[in-house]
Amino acid sequence: MASARGISGGSRSAFWAVFLTPALWMMLFFVVPLSVIWAYSFGRTLGLTEVVVTGTLANYVRVFDPVYLMIFAKSLVFAGVTTAICLIIGFPYALVMTFASARAKILLLLAIMLPFWTNLLVRTYALMAVMRTEGWINDGFGLVGLGPFEMLHTNFAVITGLVYVHLPFIVLPLFSTLDRLDRSLIEASLDLGAGHLRTIFQVVIPIVWPGILSAVLLCFIPALGSYLTPDLLGGPDSQMIASVIERQFKRANDWPFGAALSFMLMYLTLAAMAWRALAERRAAGKEAH
Amino acid sequence: MLIRFENVTKRFGSFIAVDDVSLDIEAGEFFSLLGPSGCGKTTLLRMLAGLETPTEGRILIDGVDMVGVPPNRRPVNMVFQSYAVFPHMNVAQNVAYGLKIDRVPKAEREARVADALALVKLSEFAHRRPDQLSGGQRQRVALARALVKRPKVLLLDEPLSALDAKLRDAMRGELAQIQRDVGVTFVMVTHDQDEALAMASRCALMNRGTLQQVATPGDLYEYPANRFVADFIGTINLFEGTLSVDAPDHAAVTTPALDAPIHVDHGVTGATDAKVWVGVRPEKIAMTPASGPRPTGPAAMPQANVTHGTIMTSAYLGAVTFYDVATAGGTMIKVSAPNGTRSASPALPAGTAVWLHWAPDAPIVLLG
Amino acid sequence: MALFGKKRESGPLDYAGRWSLRLWVAGVMLFLYLPLASLILFSFNDSRRTIRWEGFTFDWYGKLANDDALISAFTNSLTIAAISTLFSVVLGAMSAIALWRFRFPGKGLFDGMITLPIVVPEICMGVAMLVFFGTIMPWPRDLVWPLDLGAIAIAHITFSFPFVTVVVRARLASFNREMEEAARDLGAGELRALWDVLLPHVRPALISGALLAFTLSLDDFVITFFTAGPNTVTFPVKIYSMVRFSVTPEVNAASTVLMAITVAMTLLGMKLQGADIARSEAP
Repeated sequence: MASARGISGGSRSAFWAVFLTPALWMMLFFVVPLSVIWAYSFGRTLGLTEVVVTGTLANYVRVFDPVYLMIFAKSLVFAGVTTAICLIIGFPYALVMTFASARAKILLLLAIMLPFWTNLLVRTYALMAVMRTEGWINDGFGLVGLGPFEMLHTNFAVITGLVYVHLPFIVLPLFSTLDRLDRSLIEASLDLGAGHLRTIFQVVIPIVWPGILSAVLLCFIPALGSYLTPDLLGGPDSQMIASVIERQFKRANDWPFGAALSFMLMYLTLAAMAWRALAERRAAGKEAH
Repeated sequence: MLIRFENVTKRFGSFIAVDDVSLDIEAGEFFSLLGPSGCGKTTLLRMLAGLETPTEGRILIDGVDMVGVPPNRRPVNMVFQSYAVFPHMNVAQNVAYGLKIDRVPKAEREARVADALALVKLSEFAHRRPDQLSGGQRQRVALARALVKRPKVLLLDEPLSALDAKLRDAMRGELAQIQRDVGVTFVMVTHDQDEALAMASRCALMNRGTLQQVATPGDLYEYPANRFVADFIGTINLFEGTLSVDAPDHAAVTTPALDAPIHVDHGVTGATDAKVWVGVRPEKIAMTPASGPRPTGPAAMPQANVTHGTIMTSAYLGAVTFYDVATAGGTMIKVSAPNGTRSASPALPAGTAVWLHWAPDAPIVLLG
Repeated sequence: MALFGKKRESGPLDYAGRWSLRLWVAGVMLFLYLPLASLILFSFNDSRRTIRWEGFTFDWYGKLANDDALISAFTNSLTIAAISTLFSVVLGAMSAIALWRFRFPGKGLFDGMITLPIVVPEICMGVAMLVFFGTIMPWPRDLVWPLDLGAIAIAHITFSFPFVTVVVRARLASFNREMEEAARDLGAGELRALWDVLLPHVRPALISGALLAFTLSLDDFVITFFTAGPNTVTFPVKIYSMVRFSVTPEVNAASTVLMAITVAMTLLGMKLQGADIARSEAP
């Protein structure tokens, strides 16, 4: 800690008072556990829960086995489709929210926040109840002489569930970017002769593009790592990465391979984050000129 | 006329932003909507652009009823207060945007964009992005972008408010020049009376949603229609009094604020003994040292239009000096005196006793 | 142009007033709330087969109240959430102040370390905790309640307090340093000035941070799932084990209880925060 010389902004004792505890906590309970997993990903199982770190890359090679590559690909597709649907559903909602009266704005915000705050498990369970074969969606189909359709335990159910869960993730950031948009830009476009659709596609969307990218990532990242939704709503062929990781740690007991899978997921997440940071910096750089 | 507002009212909930306004604007005018903030002038402008819809009344442009016509189908274009220059397009693309929507052929479009940029002296900046421009340059982009569409009316919402003082003065002259060059009718909203007086051919002064007076800048200043106009435009001394004489060619008002009556050289069509207000502008009051002789008033009433006072404070502003003069009765009178010659001590010191007097054509008698 | 071409009374930017967009919002609402509404409704249904409405009953709630395993899971959840909230607010406020007030070597690293738990996939954090408490720092299994919940509480604090940091830091950014300087100028000591001026300013953020931490802890399933032992079951983990088998009215009732707590917390938080901000920003 010789570098303590470089502290500025207040007294040194005040700094250590606020810095030390959170820093040590994070080191012990976050950095150490993740480092252990990272080390295990280069290891080999000995016994039931015993692992030797040998420096082998075998676990990473196994990740590229077509079986697991397929699961990665499927996870990316699920997350991508989910994000696209969320964007299509969420953009008009965010637009209405932006231009609503102050009172309506709070109600619309609350309407999207309440499910967001509601337990993920409860929300997923609620969907299970309406989508199952004896659920009332199929009842409705039955009334008009259709169905029943097997909706639960299908890829359709997984996508529906992911959209259901992640919609707030995209609406909130979209709203905050749209809300910051200078309204007179929209008015100027209308004033210059453009219709509403043209204004949205040629003025609004290009200007808030960095915000849209950001919103897309805020939806894509958690969707990619979903565990509960595919587990409860999916069938045998709708597994995502998280389910495979869980199996390695809980049932298959192949910790090193599970660790390698976890870190592949981490790398994907971090790559997405880095891409977003880069896009933001480029956008900020443009503005700074 | 080009623009006609017919009994236009706009309510936002229970708030009345514009209250039964009727107004005609001729083609080729540089018309200014002036008033304190919240007086409804911006709402009136936005209704003309189609960005707000009147609650009641009609708006006609060139004889066509505009109610229900969306902003993109109106023959008007606007320069927004924030300029609203599209940040994702360069200068030329911004200016070309409206023409592209109108499907103007490429060659003509480029020529018109070039002309518009030349008009606002931005030809070399065509490929700059808005974030590389100064505030004044961005405003010119907004102006070119609106003018290139050759609108029947150009709307300007507080066009100079975001510029610094020096640039503002320069742009005043330039905007007026551009208006004369292109011949398009300009309708400008401003809360700054100097701006309106300097640029507009006619002004409408608004307060609390209603029109107070529509007149040329000179008439607005010299012949205000009511007390609000007199007080809002420039500085004025207002005295409440009673109309004691009201003849066809002269009138007199007695006021408790002054010991001498106020004599004016024209008749006032109010009943004798009516309560009136009299306004006298500071620059129309002459100030002479009290050591000198008492100035004589108008021939018809020599005791009128003269009072004695003591300088309480002075504010030296370079070209003129403003004085607050107290009469023996305690009335404060504002007087301004031009600094016509260079002097080491241009302002008279506080405590100096002075005579104040004014010509019979100086006072303004206001019935409301 | 059918979507936007309607002639209207109101202004052109009144997107909220367009029937097409209103319909869209109504659709989103149905999508979001119909499943939840039906879940709540059928928790009061007097039938084990949950499709048809057979009459109103509180029976399922009564069953919950007598289910010892569920009650203990519920108690565990609330206890963990309370502990986690307390630690998260303290740690979050400390790290936010460290990042806001000071420049120090390795600040970027510290910042990254604090932000990372927010973006790391839950499953990765879950397995890391599983391994950490399995091999590196085994949490004794036979501790008395509530010490046996320590491992879960630590995991919850670790993923919750960075959220508090973000919230508090955002609020600190709007703090006018001249306020503190004015307090010092008027004779307050360094700590006194912070206590009198900084604390009232960040209080709304502390409240919303606390509520966020509480809800995050109460809601968490994945990380808890990997940290919980057979005797340290939380409410979501318990519900999960019930859900896996079938859709039953008991689960509906349990879910409704959890939902009611969350909604109450959110509304309370918004009220407190709104009042606090209104007070601190009043002239």
